[in-house]
Amino acid sequence: MENYLVALGVTAGLYALMAIGLNVIWGMAGLVNLGLVGFFAVGAYTSALLTTKLGVAIGVGMVAGAVAGGVAGALVALITARLRGDYLAIVTLGFAESLRTTASNETWLTNGTDGISGIPGPWRSVLTPSEFNLAYLALVVVIVLIAYLLAQRLSYSPFGRVLRAIRDDEQVAAVAGKPVLAFKVLAFAIGCTALGLAGALYAHYTSFVVPDIFVPLLTLYIKMALLSGGVGNNRGAVLGGLVVVIFLEGTRFITPYIPWLGAVQAAALQQFLVTAALLVVLRFRTRGLVPEPPDHPILRRT
Amino acid sequence: MLKDVAQLVINGLMAGTILAVPAIGLTAIYAVLRFPNFALASHATVGAFAGWIANVVLGWSIIPSLGLAFLAAGLVGVATDEFVLRPFRAAGFATTAIGSIALTIALENLLRMIFGNDLRGYDLPITRDWRFAGLHLGPQQVENMAISLVVMAAVFAFLAFTRAGKAMRAVADNPALARIKGVDAVRVARIVSFVGMGLAGVGGMLIGLDTTIDPLTGFRVMLSVFAAAVVGGLGSIPGAVLGALTIGVGEELCLLVLTPNYRSVVGFLAILLVLILRPSGLLGQRAY
Repeated sequence: MENYLVALGVTAGLYALMAIGLNVIWGMAGLVNLGLVGFFAVGAYTSALLTTKLGVAIGVGMVAGAVAGGVAGALVALITARLRGDYLAIVTLGFAESLRTTASNETWLTNGTDGISGIPGPWRSVLTPSEFNLAYLALVVVIVLIAYLLAQRLSYSPFGRVLRAIRDDEQVAAVAGKPVLAFKVLAFAIGCTALGLAGALYAHYTSFVVPDIFVPLLTLYIKMALLSGGVGNNRGAVLGGLVVVIFLEGTRFITPYIPWLGAVQAAALQQFLVTAALLVVLRFRTRGLVPEPPDHPILRRT
Repeated sequence: MLKDVAQLVINGLMAGTILAVPAIGLTAIYAVLRFPNFALASHATVGAFAGWIANVVLGWSIIPSLGLAFLAAGLVGVATDEFVLRPFRAAGFATTAIGSIALTIALENLLRMIFGNDLRGYDLPITRDWRFAGLHLGPQQVENMAISLVVMAAVFAFLAFTRAGKAMRAVADNPALARIKGVDAVRVARIVSFVGMGLAGVGGMLIGLDTTIDPLTGFRVMLSVFAAAVVGGLGSIPGAVLGALTIGVGEELCLLVLTPNYRSVVGFLAILLVLILRPSGLLGQRAY
């Protein structure tokens, strides 16, 4: 039971980290990213490959995973930044799907659909499994805290103000002399760095990655975390990560009470409930539990 | 080698003609409603399953089954647009696009609850391939291509000659002007959802006729359909046809160097290439 709760805590932390990243991309800069899971996968595979094939230290692998996520984000944003947002939606989704296909087929590198197993975890050899779980939870909590503080700092810095200006009216920001394109690419890259880091943390926690994890549904979970928490708000992002995990686990407990469902049906029902909930959240609570603050948290404008 | 290439080009043209049907649906919806509707994937699957029920359970032949596929996917398209996607449109295209992905996964799982994950095939007569000059052609594929061409001709006639078709083009071209001239935008949105998603349903079944169907049928081809629409110019219907043929032939020719699993990646690379070199697509964005 404790292990289960600790594992949920780690998952919630990873969702929160990704929601913080998404908040920079979507909440602050107003850019669409429908391929969140692709950047998560880039981080997971980068760190997993570096540590298992080249024997790189785990910490270095995680940093490399985060950087790889950011670089992938910058490239995708560079190609589409000049175009209308709908192209960014298509390209990000296509990026994630193409990456999953590639990971399933380049068996020499990623071991295909069998996945990479035996990814080392920090201190795993010296700790018991439950101690490892707790230690990892502590690590994730610390990283989420750091990410939150950085994102908060970013949000109230001049950089964050320019992002919000671009989100609200791109032309005004451009007329004010801001290099809109560079800001967009940078925001996208920063957000994707957080996604890549979350991927690396995931890989070293479960010690196993397969292409099947990186499905579009995971992208929707993160969107849901940020939407239910509050778009444009870092506290909302963290809270949303927790809300989504509680909701996901809750639906898992509903399905056994419906006796005529087989395993496939039960899984399908769970996914259906999750997506239906997202649609409802999207429809009625677009401001989320913690709405975006109107201005600086300390220096309020009257 | 030359013969292999010729065979691949023939296969690609046939695959591209089929791909053009859902691509027209996607681009028509985009032209009027101005958002990339990812729910197209699940509607293609809805059509494929509706056609499967007609063909295998009820014993209908292929053409009426395709009619049912069109009707079922079209009606689901109107219903989901009315109750799920329409309220999002005021919140902007990003929210609508996310909503359409959630919708596509929701519908896909609804189908999975009813039909399970098993692969299903249509009842088709077994035929021998036609051969000439060392090339071969499947009669079923030729029939599918002919059906696609007829469907496309019907779409073009609908747009050119009917009041509803003209209203659609007017809204796509200039929504403000269309409103001034008394075109009911809500009604046009319903028509385009019905026709667009109906075409997706026909496309889903045509693709299924070649292989098998399961709840992921539509999702697997989604990237190719989007590639066709983007390559041709998102919002341009003749562009979608040209784009679909390009993607169809491109995906087949890439088999010379890649395994078939990479089909959808080829579509993605085509999207990137077009966005870098010619962002408005081959034919630009005029609807018709």
